[in-house]
Amino acid sequence: MRLVVPLQGVVQGRGGLIFGSLIPCALFYFLQLYLKRHRSPNSRSNPPSPSASAQNLAEMNRTSSRSNLLSRGSIVPVLISSLATSISKPNDSPYYIGLDKASEDPYDRIGNPDGVIQLGLSENRLCFDLIEKWMLENLNDSMRGRKGGDLSISGIASYQPLDGTMELKMAMAGFMSRVMGGAASFEPSQMVLTAGATPAIETLCFCLADHGNAFLVPTPYYPGFDRDMKWRTGVELIPVHCRNTDNFVLSISALNQAFNQTRKRGTKIRGILLSNPANPVGNLLSREMLCDLLYFAREKNIHIISDEIFAGSIYGNEEFVSIADVVDSEDFDKSRVHIVYGLSKDLSLPGFRVGMIYSFNENVLAAARKLTRFSSISAPTQRLLVSMLSDARFIKEYIATNKKRIRNMRDLFVAGLEGLGIRCADSSAGLYCWADLSKLILTYGEKGELELWEKLLHVAKINMTPGSACHCIEPGWFRCCFTTLDKEDIPVVMERIRKLADTDAASRG
Amino acid sequence: MAIEIEKPSVGLSKVAVSETHGEDSPYFAGWKAYDENPYNESSNPSGVIQMGLAENQVSFDLLEKYLEEHSEASSWGEGAPGFRENALFQDYHGLKSFRQAMANFMEQIRGGRAKFDPDRIVLTAGATAANELLTFILADPGDALLVPTPYYPGFDRDLRWRTGVKIVPIHCDSSNNFQVTPEAMEAAYRCAESMNLKVRGILITNPSNPLGATIQRSVLEQILDFATNKNIHLVSDEIYSGSTFSSSEFISIAEVLETRGYKDSERVHIVYSLSKDLGLPGFRVGTIYSYNDKVVTTARRMSSFTLISSQTQHLLACMLSNKEFSENYIKTNRERLTWRYDMIINGLKNAGIECLKGNAGLFCWMNLSPLLEEPTRESELALWKVILNEVRLNISPGSSCHCSEPGWFRVCFANMSEQTLEVALGRIHKFMEQRRRN
Repeated sequence: MRLVVPLQGVVQGRGGLIFGSLIPCALFYFLQLYLKRHRSPNSRSNPPSPSASAQNLAEMNRTSSRSNLLSRGSIVPVLISSLATSISKPNDSPYYIGLDKASEDPYDRIGNPDGVIQLGLSENRLCFDLIEKWMLENLNDSMRGRKGGDLSISGIASYQPLDGTMELKMAMAGFMSRVMGGAASFEPSQMVLTAGATPAIETLCFCLADHGNAFLVPTPYYPGFDRDMKWRTGVELIPVHCRNTDNFVLSISALNQAFNQTRKRGTKIRGILLSNPANPVGNLLSREMLCDLLYFAREKNIHIISDEIFAGSIYGNEEFVSIADVVDSEDFDKSRVHIVYGLSKDLSLPGFRVGMIYSFNENVLAAARKLTRFSSISAPTQRLLVSMLSDARFIKEYIATNKKRIRNMRDLFVAGLEGLGIRCADSSAGLYCWADLSKLILTYGEKGELELWEKLLHVAKINMTPGSACHCIEPGWFRCCFTTLDKEDIPVVMERIRKLADTDAASRG
Repeated sequence: MAIEIEKPSVGLSKVAVSETHGEDSPYFAGWKAYDENPYNESSNPSGVIQMGLAENQVSFDLLEKYLEEHSEASSWGEGAPGFRENALFQDYHGLKSFRQAMANFMEQIRGGRAKFDPDRIVLTAGATAANELLTFILADPGDALLVPTPYYPGFDRDLRWRTGVKIVPIHCDSSNNFQVTPEAMEAAYRCAESMNLKVRGILITNPSNPLGATIQRSVLEQILDFATNKNIHLVSDEIYSGSTFSSSEFISIAEVLETRGYKDSERVHIVYSLSKDLGLPGFRVGTIYSYNDKVVTTARRMSSFTLISSQTQHLLACMLSNKEFSENYIKTNRERLTWRYDMIINGLKNAGIECLKGNAGLFCWMNLSPLLEEPTRESELALWKVILNEVRLNISPGSSCHCSEPGWFRVCFANMSEQTLEVALGRIHKFMEQRRRN
């Protein structure tokens, strides 16, 4: 200690840098010499590893001259869990990086015409005018509720059933049925409502799989699954690759192969996770395929989770078939089938946090119900939605108009891309299209795709989601969400892509 | 641990079949009895009176009055401007206006004696989720948290179920009014070590549930020193902080940190919620306030599984930033709870029952140990059954709160009308008289 205090004076005062580095260096050398001679093989009292640079050593001396070693900037900070440590690392997925960049510098046709155009967020902004109109006409009545009784503030303030009120479940059952074309019907008692589809899918994972188990997931898939299904559950996702030649439709043989390979290395598969309509491709699973999948699940004795959150975003002519419909109409073992749904996409209310688990398995429902205490829907929101969803006339108009507007936007957007020689995969649903930009890649491969993604983001200032973030096995595919745009923005997007392509072509010579 | 049940045709996970949800304990069994035969002043006057639910219903009228007079809180104003942004808002940072309002509200509750930075607030759908989230972040599966007994029965589920973390109790007893002591903390730590468990933190509830009493400053200092000494985390669940009968008696851990110049505060995290103080458990509003940047970042990201509806955030931001409302609410709520507390304490005293001296919360900690056949858990549960089935009151036995001394019961008084409370006290009085005669 006493050596160091005069040292401090030297370093901070006259003599400055030279003495400040010379003296510590000398001390360091002698210290090492001393320790080398006196270190016993069992000694654990090594000093905190001295860094090679004298500057660092000076730092260390200065801090140790303070009497309290455990000040802020503790030598041994209190640790967080391993899970938290991995989550705290910066997000390296292009999916999240792109979303952040776009929100930092958001395009606005008038206010910020050079901003980043957001095509990476599958949000539906095409029908807010309808919802706003409904709010204007109905909100006060619906929030205040009828006179007294269950609908005063005390009715929604107190503890509600944690898995959602029966009124909302009934309203959701009706809505889902209408949204999916009326073929399937849904039982309120088989629903567990959650604060969004994100906790719905995590809760299902917790119920169906143990730490270290796996789910088979057809690719390309929604990048959020890597977080939502794996983070806290410890579950693994096994990609089952789908290809352009099949229009990215799943094949049972690929599923089988993935199943066997995974089992060979000792990992237990608990189920298949389907997205139907698919995200990011936007295609639908046929009735035959759903039957085949159910046979497969029965043969391997595993579960099927069907994420049907985009069921109301069908714009094509193909008919949407919910797995609930297939399970009802044929003689399948229902106990392995679970559906995830939510209002974020079909009703454009992601902020309100409304999702659900729909299951045919009483044991899963019992467990999931108890788990919803960690992610219940807020009571005022439940009340508002009961009102809105029970307005049959409004819902009918909304669903029809929504489909029409999504189709119109899609047609315009896809035509725009085609004008640039960019082809999209066949699709009939979703708020996005799956575009083949491989011609714009300089070197064909994942690296080339990411380079293109970066150029699109930083130069053309368009945020699209690259296929590699979705685990697509073929490079060059990008998901473009078009429902956050106005019609007038589409030419702007196309012009920016064209400019980038031209610049690239020119630089290639 | 997991109990073998008849295997369904397709298997479920260990989490799904485990009993850690605890819903088969007396704490929840009493609720079932109530659900089957609930008291109603007019239609079922001999039904079971629910005194096992810590809910605050004494100040609804204040909330109703506010909402009547301020329709912009529930409707985004004339023409619903801002509705669109609100409906789309699913950012896990939460509405800035709401976080600001929460920070201000928390400051008001503490009489301005501590400051809260809105950017350190992480929002969750309820304190249940907040406690679980913190556990995921501070401890690995198989690690342990130290929790003073008696504690809220829900912790067994919320802290352990999905996280795989264990609870090691810090035993407290009536000899010093169930206060935590350094010796008790040390004993718990050694106990954990002997079981090869790595202790990651200590979790306190202040004001305490089920004791209904605030923790003294000197004890808070000792707890903080202990945590610092062992280099572990300190979680302070202050969910009842607005339900103290007098503003000056509650000392938040934030105040202790303030006087220490926030030195070494990265180990401290506060949990709060509007479920108790504002009587809005249905709204699902909880927060984590952490002095640790990494914990704030991680908790925020993990909160995507438990976000608060943006509609609710908007409503509450309006309500809580209305200073006139919040000041009046805090003051009036305190007065009414104090009134109820005095009513129940006097009523119990007249019946010959002593309670722990309390100064907060929605319940009192009642001592029925003189009535026990033997000073055992079995005797306590037998007495609890008698009270449930004969007196028809659902109260929470101390054993479900892991109390090491049998005979104590938690009795809630704020989740019913005054008339109902009178009826309950009448029944207790009668019951005690009958016992004296026998």
